Amino acid sequence: MITSTDRIEKEVYLRAPRSRVWRAIATPAEFGAWFRVKLEGAFAEGATVRGTITYPGYEHLTMEMVVERIEPERLFAYRWHPGATDPDVDYSSEPMTLVEFHLDDADGGTILRIVESGFDRIPAARRDEAFRMNDGGWTEQTQNIERHVTQP
Amino acid sequence: MSRSRSASVAKVAGAAPVFAALGDPTRLRLVARLSVDGPLSITRLSEGAGVTRQAITKHLEALADAGLVQHNWRGRERIWELEPRRLEMARRWLDRISDQWDAAIGRLRAFVDE
Repeated sequence: MITSTDRIEKEVYLRAPRSRVWRAIATPAEFGAWFRVKLEGAFAEGATVRGTITYPGYEHLTMEMVVERIEPERLFAYRWHPGATDPDVDYSSEPMTLVEFHLDDADGGTILRIVESGFDRIPAARRDEAFRMNDGGWTEQTQNIERHVTQP
Repeated sequence: MSRSRSASVAKVAGAAPVFAALGDPTRLRLVARLSVDGPLSITRLSEGAGVTRQAITKHLEALADAGLVQHNWRGRERIWELEPRRLEMARRWLDRISDQWDAAIGRLRAFVDE
């Protein structure tokens, strides 16, 4: 457990074809719908896409994604500043983490693997910041959603 | 001890040296080793580490400064062990981001299921 301070990995089965999942991830409007961010611009390798968070209570925050790689229906990857939650802080000079969405076919659906890596390079002070800003809220939210999606 | 707000803020501020101390492969390995094998002497920790005892000692002292490990004396030898509460604190930031991904995945699942 302690050897994985650098990355977070999630693997889930989604009951939708790979083309559908790809569209939900690799088009800004659809990405924004579930991620809860209003993005401006198009996803293209090397492009920087900015947006405003639409998550209730966090609407004053913006986020920035630097698109790293697009392999249609296989891989979508971008870099960003994780938990960049203070509108008064300029995060641009800090290292970013890399977020990868890997898609694979599965029986009647899609296996989606999300990997976020590079946390060990994030300055310690920033982690404290994020820690303080986010304390509480997300845990409760996750539990709500967990209840919602685990219903048959 | 009361769990006052000022105490929790102090706890958060205290997390910074933990991350700094863990940002080194040798120190990370020492922490991993101690978490699996429990309290160990410098001799045991140096075995197969590929670095000198002196280097291991320095790394352990850096980890101790961050409150991640502590030692007890057994005769003339120091036995090192983890200080688990500090490690727990360092993990919470990652856990929180992990929770955020879980929530986002939950929303993506609902979105593509429509």
